[in-house]
Amino acid sequence: MEIAFDIIEKNGLIFAFLFIGLLVLISEIISKKILKSRIPGSAIAIFFGLILGYWGGFLTGGEKGLADLPLFSGIGFLGGAMFRDFAIVATAIGASLYLIIRSGMLGFISLLIGIVLFFIIGVLLALAWGFRDAASLCTIGAGACTYIVGPVTGAALGASSEVIALSIGTGLIKTIAVTIFTPMAAKRIGLNSPESAMAYGGIMGTSSGVAAGLAATDPKLVPYGAVTATFYTGLGCLLCPSVFYIFLHLLFP
Amino acid sequence: MNIYGLAVLALSFLVGQWMGEFLGSLININANVGGVGFAMIILMFLKEWLVKNSLMSFEMEAGIDFWNKLYIPVVIAMAASLNVKSALTSGTLAIAAGLLPVLVSFWVFPLILKKFKPKSDGDSL
Repeated sequence: MEIAFDIIEKNGLIFAFLFIGLLVLISEIISKKILKSRIPGSAIAIFFGLILGYWGGFLTGGEKGLADLPLFSGIGFLGGAMFRDFAIVATAIGASLYLIIRSGMLGFISLLIGIVLFFIIGVLLALAWGFRDAASLCTIGAGACTYIVGPVTGAALGASSEVIALSIGTGLIKTIAVTIFTPMAAKRIGLNSPESAMAYGGIMGTSSGVAAGLAATDPKLVPYGAVTATFYTGLGCLLCPSVFYIFLHLLFP
Repeated sequence: MNIYGLAVLALSFLVGQWMGEFLGSLININANVGGVGFAMIILMFLKEWLVKNSLMSFEMEAGIDFWNKLYIPVVIAMAASLNVKSALTSGTLAIAAGLLPVLVSFWVFPLILKKFKPKSDGDSL
């Protein structure tokens, strides 16, 4: 047994292929046999992933979910930023350049509306929870954009580490919410074409959440959502600690 | 050869990331601005060029398509390595501020589509 664990730990990435493969298989069976394909297998698998992430954090108290268990460190590598971005770029092979250029303006407008909307609601909720200083308000509003914009903004404005941690938590909840709710809401909100996916990526922004949510909705839409969502974090990091902060500072000197 | 396709994908990825970092440093922020988006657009242009000059073989496209197909498993691995526990225990404000704007967006999204969607000319997936 010890030798088996040893082999797995030494070959983490390979074990991750096997583990994720089995997880997808189980999810597909649940989807087809129990749920009569009402919920796609990929959505179930992503949801199981989130539960495993919770379980890993519960066991280890670490920051990388299941990947903090030495046996599953390969999962963290496979699901890390490098492979995630590489695979997202590869989805472009199935996308139409013409459709993306034609909807470029729609994507850009959605980006701006999305960042402003998430920031304002985040700030209003922070106000309701009793925060009154511009730096904390701005950091939490930025966290409502994505879990990267929050800490980047907090660090730039000198917010306290508690507030920065809170902003990361906020951004993570957003990612999880977008992942789970996208496939549920897709039909009702008209998310069914390349154009609408580009607008959706712009509004929601969290590339991980949009990518996972669209994957569970319709894999064909992934590249269109990803191509705009990927600009959201950068634009958020640009606007939050500058324009938005100056504005908040005027209101809460 | 599959590796040619993989190399084209890697080239697009690296150049895109470089452009994202460069744009980030240009506007003086410590983040990658749209690196993945640039990489995707580069890949699409390269593919068009390769197809036009009949340099794209079936095998070469298969090298890229392999990673395209692995995308969902990668996302599942990503979900499993998120810090879900600390997100759910970082307080009511984090949960409210993470959740509420998403729900509001579901309401705003159809309005934006209605207002700004380019006129359809019969294209669909």
